[in-house]
Amino acid sequence: MSLRLYVPCDAGALAVGADEVAQALASVASQRGLTIDIVRTGSRGLYWLEPLIEVATPAGRIGFGPATSADAASLLDAIVSSGQHPLRLGAVEDIPWLKRQTRLTFARCGIIDPLSLDDYRAHGGYRGLARALTLTPDEIIAEVTTSGLRGRGGAGFPTGIKWKTVAQTAADRKYVICNADEGDSGTFADRMLMEGDPFVLIEGMTIAGIAVGATKGYIYSRSEYPHAIAATAKAIAIARKAGLLGDKIAGSNFSFDLEVRMGAGAYVCGEETALMESLEGKRGLVRAKPPLPAHHGLFGKPTVVNNLLSFAAIPFILDEGAKAYADFGMGRSRGTMPIQLAGNIKYGGLFETAFGITLGELVDEVGGGTFTGRPVRAVQVGGPLGAYFPRALFDTPFDYEAFATRDGLIGHGGIVVFDDTVDMAKQARFAMEFCAIESCGKCTPCRIGSTRGVETIDKIRRGDRVGENIALVEDLCGTMKLGSLCALGGFTPYPVLSALKHFREDFGPQQPRLQAAE
Amino acid sequence: MTSVYEPWEAARGADIIAEHSQMEGATLPILHALQEAFGYVPEEALPMIASALNLSRAEVYGVFTFYHDFRSRPAGRHVLKLCRAEACQAAGGDALAARAEAKLGIALGNTTADQRVTLEPIYCLGLCATAPSAMLDGRLVGRLDENRLDALVSEAQR
Ligand code: FES
Repeated sequence: MSLRLYVPCDAGALAVGADEVAQALASVASQRGLTIDIVRTGSRGLYWLEPLIEVATPAGRIGFGPATSADAASLLDAIVSSGQHPLRLGAVEDIPWLKRQTRLTFARCGIIDPLSLDDYRAHGGYRGLARALTLTPDEIIAEVTTSGLRGRGGAGFPTGIKWKTVAQTAADRKYVICNADEGDSGTFADRMLMEGDPFVLIEGMTIAGIAVGATKGYIYSRSEYPHAIAATAKAIAIARKAGLLGDKIAGSNFSFDLEVRMGAGAYVCGEETALMESLEGKRGLVRAKPPLPAHHGLFGKPTVVNNLLSFAAIPFILDEGAKAYADFGMGRSRGTMPIQLAGNIKYGGLFETAFGITLGELVDEVGGGTFTGRPVRAVQVGGPLGAYFPRALFDTPFDYEAFATRDGLIGHGGIVVFDDTVDMAKQARFAMEFCAIESCGKCTPCRIGSTRGVETIDKIRRGDRVGENIALVEDLCGTMKLGSLCALGGFTPYPVLSALKHFREDFGPQQPRLQAAE
Repeated sequence: MTSVYEPWEAARGADIIAEHSQMEGATLPILHALQEAFGYVPEEALPMIASALNLSRAEVYGVFTFYHDFRSRPAGRHVLKLCRAEACQAAGGDALAARAEAKLGIALGNTTADQRVTLEPIYCLGLCATAPSAMLDGRLVGRLDENRLDALVSEAQR
């Protein structure tokens, strides 16, 4: 009997040796004359256990991890004899970290072969599209609106309303764009899905195309994500061959095709109008709004621009119905959010759950505190433009409005944990520095303000007129917030002001710091 | 893995440009393709792109210089990129970056005098749950510590 093993080919698993483990397993097996079948999957998102090897058994998949190539022989022994092994984790589905999640968008990630349409279909794939094809475009949009789905890129704008605007704008050509320019530090959900379940994105975008009357879609991702881009491009070719993209999709009268495009190392292209400029082959300069992309978007045509996670939620909503999705969540944040736990954290990874879980539960219970074992001092939520929260705010529920009330944002759902060696003045300086490096240069508050911000924080750290210069930074942040064209300049004040507000003691002449993290 | 690039040849460059020029918004795909073939985008290629896409030279030059990825001259034989974004900072990335700079005797953003190693910052590889992260010639490395970094640096110096 051939033994079926699963080894991730997710970039996060590759970075810690998944390929080497797969090769070692194959070569030990062939030495022993064992027939094994290694299926490369995405990651389950339990990154502290990567490389996480799974074996198919009558009792479900049993996991082992984190494995190294040196473990291959003993792992095969344990697998063949169904015996014990120090890395044995038991049934993967029963690992509490996974079990307490609500995986709607990530239901298949880490389980299926990402490039097998059969696998995708066997796990519920393309049922959403099948149902969408029985509805009118208006009915599809109504379903999305009722689900309460809001933009998962950060702004939280209702997806259904965006689609409706594009659907109602007459044009000879319309576009659907997936913003997979996941530049925020601490986020990797888009990458994981492109590598682990690319068909869910393709299906979601296809449904969007049908709903709004667009015939062409682009997925814009980052050059830092070569594996994700390659996997998605392959999946598109497979879908096209199977008649699920191109003319007359799945035998219907709708046509829709997709292309992946790669950015070139510009963070600002994650802003939707800069992204469109970049797709048009130009510098990634932010456009003033209005006109809205829904009216005047890519090449001047009506365009839906949504985050990858928004599109990836669509197949579930169409398949199971809007209510099934809206039943999860709190307040005006409906459904689930794939939250990413990162930085100095013990149990880091992808944790999809209904809105409403508190920051403290996420960091302490789910994340297990820091990897270094030192106390958690600060967490940054929502990427480089997100606020730093101290422990005192750990009761904040994960919800768009709750974070906004506390001068924060959930952004793309990334949480970066810092221990007590962090120097918050340095982090505030980095926020300004990052803004200066990445500013597209179009508006003055962002272009000049960020550089002045770095200089002024440097003065504070040197002990130069600390009080006056702190007031200056606060004033500058106000100008950037109100006067910048887009979120880069407009939101850089969040990390800076939150650091100043909650960690004021770090702003002054530099003290000799605690020993830095190992 | 040493990246092997073709030497620049205008005819080959023209072929690459022609191959992509029918795409919508072809400028970035063309720049990427040229850099993939030659390891950088030779200055001579910019006016060729401009005429193929019916753009001004200034427009193409503007695009080329806007994006951090595109190089105007070849990089060192190996390119070591260290993630300098927040999740990697939280996991000790600052000290590792300083260590790499000291070992190679260059600051981030530079190439060693023997043209062997280019050391660059990168802002998030999406490996933030196994931070700190690095990329050596396209190969990803997570859970970087002093030992793993030293091994990467010596591999790059070979
Ligand atoms: S911050 Fe370094 S990989 Fe994301």
